Amino acid sequence: MGHEHPAEHGHAALQHHFENMEQQREASTLGMWVFLVTEIMFFGGMFLAYTLYRSKYPEAFASASNHLDLKLGAINTVVLILSSFTMAMAVYSTQIGKRRNQIISLALTLLLGATFLGIKAVEYHQKYEDHLIPGRVVPSRPFDASGVHLLPGANPHNVEMFYWIYFAMTGMHAVHMIIGIGIISIILFWAIRGKYGPEYHNPVEVSGLYWHFVDIVWIFLFPLLYLLGRHLEH
Amino acid sequence: MSEHIVPVRVYLMIFLALMVGTALTIWAGLQDFPGPLNVVIALTIAVIKATLVVLYFMHVRYSSRLIWVIFASALFWMGILFALTFSDYWTRGWFQVH
Repeated sequence: MGHEHPAEHGHAALQHHFENMEQQREASTLGMWVFLVTEIMFFGGMFLAYTLYRSKYPEAFASASNHLDLKLGAINTVVLILSSFTMAMAVYSTQIGKRRNQIISLALTLLLGATFLGIKAVEYHQKYEDHLIPGRVVPSRPFDASGVHLLPGANPHNVEMFYWIYFAMTGMHAVHMIIGIGIISIILFWAIRGKYGPEYHNPVEVSGLYWHFVDIVWIFLFPLLYLLGRHLEH
Repeated sequence: MSEHIVPVRVYLMIFLALMVGTALTIWAGLQDFPGPLNVVIALTIAVIKATLVVLYFMHVRYSSRLIWVIFASALFWMGILFALTFSDYWTRGWFQVH
């Protein structure tokens, strides 16, 4: 927090290029939303690739999707939505100045984020065991779709395409989760030191915006990756 | 501070709605609906869930018009990305070129 004029306008966190706290808060929220637009475009490209290949190879994509662990995917969806709720509570507690609740909510958000990543790691390990890491990313275990139950019309090469997209999308999502956990750790560090309250809470708020965005990406990834072929499996 | 503080009751209701949406998505994913209805249902529920998160958890409902415009611009450019790409892929093979 660079140049400050603590003597002027009261609050120590007000930076010199802003008129007042209100303007500073609006500017940071706006900046975060502009960043999130670029993030939407970034994930949008991958959703486009998914849509394209899924429409080209529906049987292979359904077969590959059915091999994912629906139970773990569903648990992770609940975990992530719960973490969005605790994040919203962290912002709320900061706004009304309840520091204890603020710290508890932030800690819970971190815990749930870590839980999500832990479950994701278990899933990735299952894919490793099943020879489903695409290409020769793991040189000792080249991709082998023979463990995947193929629906009629499915080509194993296109099963591999599904797993490329699966790892690209869930991998980028996981990277965003790791960054989010880093950001919220820093926020928690300063929250414990009493930096944020009703007068100054925009860092908590914009971190929350980022966290909720990552949640939204998963809200789309879960049905698109885990549930696309279940109804064909009888 | 002229900002709007969303009451806890609203956050709880949104959280419950998201949980119901998740349960519905899983249930619908296991049913064999005719034609492309499975995708349509899955995406409809996902869009509703995302909208709830954007409007309430991300406070867009209570935000300035400028935030609305910026968010809408993301959707607009996503629309262009999909529309132009699919105008190519979906129309391939419509005509025989010699």
